[in-house]
Amino acid sequence: MSVSTDIKPGDVLLELDGLWMSFGKVCALDGISAKIKKGEIHSVIGPNGAGKTVMMNCISGLYHPQKGSIYYRGEKINHLKPHERATRGIARTFQKVEVFGGMTVLDNIRLGRHIHYKSGVLSGSLYLGKTAREEIEHRKFIEEEIIDLLEIEHIRHKPVGMLPYGLQKRVELGRAIALEPELLILDEPLAGLNLEEVEDMARFILDINQEKRWKITCLLVEHDMGVVMDLSDNVYVLNFGNMIVDGPPEEIQKNPEVIKAYLGEEDLYATRK
Amino acid sequence: MQQGNKAAFKAMDKITKELTIPKLFYSQAKKYGKERVAMREKEFGIWRPFTWHDYLENVKHIALGLVSLGLEEGDKVAMIGDNRPEGLWAEMGTLCARGVGVWLFQDSLMNEVKYIIDHSDTKFIVGEGQEEVDKAISILHECPKLKKIIWDDPKGMRNYDQDCLISLKEVMRLGRELEKEKPDLFEELIGKGHGDDVALLFYTSGTTALPKGVLLSHYNMLTMGKNLMTVDPCKDTDDYVSYLPFAWIGEQMMSISCGLQIGYTLNFPESSETSQENIREIGPHVMFAPPRMYEQMTRTVQVKYLDAAWIKRKSFEIASWIGYHVADLKFGKKAIPFYWKILEWFAHILVQKKLKDHLGLSRVRNAYTGGAAMGPDHFRFFHSLGVNLKQIYGQTEVAGISVVHRNGDIKFDTVGHPIPETEVKITEEGEIITKSPSVFLGYYKNPEATAKTLQDGWLFSGDRGFIDEDKHIVVFDRTKDVMILKDGKPFAPQYLETRLKFSPYIKDSWVIGDQRDCITAVICIDYAVIGKWADTKKLTYTSYPELAQKPEVYDLIEEQIRKANKDLPELVKVIKFVNLYKELDADDDELTRTRKLRREFVGKKYEDIVNALYSNADGVHIDTTITYEDGRKTHIKTDLHIRKVKPF
Repeated sequence: MSVSTDIKPGDVLLELDGLWMSFGKVCALDGISAKIKKGEIHSVIGPNGAGKTVMMNCISGLYHPQKGSIYYRGEKINHLKPHERATRGIARTFQKVEVFGGMTVLDNIRLGRHIHYKSGVLSGSLYLGKTAREEIEHRKFIEEEIIDLLEIEHIRHKPVGMLPYGLQKRVELGRAIALEPELLILDEPLAGLNLEEVEDMARFILDINQEKRWKITCLLVEHDMGVVMDLSDNVYVLNFGNMIVDGPPEEIQKNPEVIKAYLGEEDLYATRK
Repeated sequence: MQQGNKAAFKAMDKITKELTIPKLFYSQAKKYGKERVAMREKEFGIWRPFTWHDYLENVKHIALGLVSLGLEEGDKVAMIGDNRPEGLWAEMGTLCARGVGVWLFQDSLMNEVKYIIDHSDTKFIVGEGQEEVDKAISILHECPKLKKIIWDDPKGMRNYDQDCLISLKEVMRLGRELEKEKPDLFEELIGKGHGDDVALLFYTSGTTALPKGVLLSHYNMLTMGKNLMTVDPCKDTDDYVSYLPFAWIGEQMMSISCGLQIGYTLNFPESSETSQENIREIGPHVMFAPPRMYEQMTRTVQVKYLDAAWIKRKSFEIASWIGYHVADLKFGKKAIPFYWKILEWFAHILVQKKLKDHLGLSRVRNAYTGGAAMGPDHFRFFHSLGVNLKQIYGQTEVAGISVVHRNGDIKFDTVGHPIPETEVKITEEGEIITKSPSVFLGYYKNPEATAKTLQDGWLFSGDRGFIDEDKHIVVFDRTKDVMILKDGKPFAPQYLETRLKFSPYIKDSWVIGDQRDCITAVICIDYAVIGKWADTKKLTYTSYPELAQKPEVYDLIEEQIRKANKDLPELVKVIKFVNLYKELDADDDELTRTRKLRREFVGKKYEDIVNALYSNADGVHIDTTITYEDGRKTHIKTDLHIRKVKPF
C-alpha cells in the first residue's frame, strides 16, 4: 500500500490487517481486519470482553499487537508511539474518563492543542510577542470552535474533577477534538450518561462528523444500540476476538449471527446500562 | 447625585403623542453614534461591544429586510430565543418597519407557541436557532398566516433547506439591497409612526385561563419608562444586564422603555447558565427581577454558608446580625446610633462587600422585585446586606409598573407609592384600579375581556389591596387566592409559601386550606441542596422521588416548617405536609412561565394528595404518568408519606 497524502471522503483512512493479540492464554484479537473510510461514523459493537477496547488501544498505540498491521493513510503505523500517532491525526477518548481532575476545563482542552504549538519551552517561558500571539490564536480556536460547539461556556474555569460525570465526558471530547484529528476514536462516549446527556453527546458526535468545519471520521465503540444504529454509516460486530460481520446498520440488525451473539442477549445488554 | 440626574433627564424630549420608540431610538443612536456602547454581548469568552451606530445599522437592515420580505404596517413579527442583541435588533427592526412585536418565552411548549402565533396572526417568526426553528416548522401548517421563519444561529442548521426558512444574515442582505434602491425609506417609515400605534402585542402568562394578548402603544411604553426614571433616575453611563425573558414585560420595560430613554448599556450574558457569573463581571447599577431570582441568590448564600468553615460562618452570623439590626432601624425610620454605624461599616468591610460582589450586587443603586409576592424574610435579607431592594407593582396591562417604593421609605409588606402621572384607587370591593398614560389599548381580539378590564380609562387589575396609613399600597394576593378557613379566618397562601421557601431546602411549596379547618402544605424539596445534605449524612438514594420520601428528609423539612411556623398565629400554621414526588414545572402546566403557581390546576391534578392530607391517612399511593418536554412518558408508582408538624 502506498502512503497517500490526498485522501478523499470514501477512501480508506485506516486499515487493520489480521490483528492478533493475546494476553497470556487469552486471545483478545484473533486476526481481525477492517477498513475505516474517511468521513464515516464506523461503530464497533460486541458483548463484554469481545476485544473492542483492545482493538482501540492497538490503533491509538497503547497496545502493540503481536501479529498483523495497522495502516493509517496507507502508512504502516505499528511501530509508532501514541504521541506520534496523535501528530498524524488520531485522537481518542476513553471508556472511563481520563481527564486531569485538578486542572480547569480550559487547561484540559489547551492540552489537546499541544501538538499544534510551535514555540518551545524557552520562548514559552519568556512569552514574547510571537508566542503570545500564538497563544491567543489557540485560545480563539478553543473558544470559537470547541467551547461553543460543546456548550461548556459556564464551566470553562472550573476544575474538571469537580464536575459531574456527563460534563467530564464532554470535556474529554473537547480535548480530543482540540487536536483537530482526522480520525477520532470514541470509546463508549455514552456510558454512564443520563438520557439528556446521551442526546447531547449524540448530537455533538454528529456535529463533528458532518459540520464542514470538522468532518472528523469517527470510530465509535458503544453499547447503546439505539444511538449506534442511528448514527453509524457502518457497524463492525466483534465477538471474542473475531469479526462476525461488518456492514450498514440495516444489515447488521437482520444478521442472525449478530442477533445470536449480541443483540438477542437482552440481559447482558441490560447489565451494561 | 440623583438630583443632578433628574435635571438632566428633564432636559430630554418630552414624551408626546408624536413620539414613537423608533423615533426615540433613531435620535439616541444619532446622538451617541460611534462614541458610546449601546450593548455588549459575551461571546466566545469576551465581552463584545456594539456602539449605537452598529445598533442603528443592524436595525435598519433588519427593518428593510422585513419590508422587502413583505412586512406591512401592523403585521406581527414574533420573536423567540435567549436574550441576545439579534433578538432586540429584530424587535426594534419590526417597530421601525411599522410592524408589531410579539415575544414568546423560549421554553414555551409547542401548543403554547401554536396558540400565540395563530391568535396573534403572526407573519414572521424570528427564532434563535435550530430548536426554535423546529418548533416553528412543526406548527407551520396549522398557522396559515405564518410566512417566513427567520433564524440567526447556524448551529445544527446544515440540513435545513425548506423554502419557508431564511437566515437573519440573508434578511439583512435584502435590507441592504433595498437601502441602495431607496436610501430614504428607513427614515420615511420611522417618520410615519404615531405614539398611539400598537408597538407590542404581549401575552399575559395567565394563572387561570388561556393567555390574553395585551396591545401596548408606543406612548404606553415610553410614558411608563419616563415615569419610573423620574422616580429613580439612571445615567447613560450605567450598566444593565438583560438576562430575563424578553417575553416578560419587566425586561421590555428595562431594556426598551427605560434603556432607550436613558441610553444605558445593555449587557447580554454568554448563555443562560452563565448569567449569574456574567452579572458579577458587569456589576449592574440597576436590576429588576422577579422574586425567584432573589430567592435563588438567598439560597446560594445559605448553601455556601452551610458549607463554609467555622470562622467564616461566625463572621457571616455576626455581620448578618448587625445588618439585620441596622436594616430594621431603617425600616422603622429610626435614627441609627453612631456605634451601630461603626459596626455596620465593619460588617460591610469584612463580609458584606465581598458577598455583594459575589452576587453581582456591588454597584447596584436600585434593585427591584415584582411580578409575584416576595416574602419579608428574603426582603430583610437583602436590606441586611445593604442592597436597596424595592418592591414594585405592575402588570403587562400598564406596560410594566405603576407603583414603586421610594428611597428611604421602604416597608416590606407594601409596594410603595404610585409613580408620577399614575392614579391608583381601591374600589369598594377592595380591587386595585389604575389610571395612567401607560394603561393599555385593549386585549387583542377579545372585546369582552377588554370591556371587563378597562372601564372609563381605569384598569381593573383583579388584585385586591388597600392603602395603609403611610399612603403605601398593599397588594393582597390575586383576589381568588385570598383563602378563608372554615371558621371564617382569612389567610394569604402566598405569604406562607414564601415563608416556607426561605428555607434553602424547600424549592417550592403549595399551601392548601381554603374552606378547610386547617392549613396543610405540599413541599417540593430542592434536589441539589438536599442531595448534598444527604451525601454528608451518608444517605443513599437514586432519584428525586426516593430522596423526597426518606424519613430523614421528612425530619429535616418538618424542622424547616416549624421554623417558618414560629411567629405565626396558631390558626394559620402549617400543621401537616407531604413531600411531592416531583418538582412543580411550567411544562406540566403547574406553574406559569413566570413560575406562579396555578392553584386551580394543581388542586385538580393532585386531588388525591389533598384529600389524603385532610383525612386520617398517613400516606397516599400515587400511580401516574408524567410527560417529558419531548413527549416521552414515564410511569410513576410511589407512596407518599404524610407528616404532622409537631408544635414548637
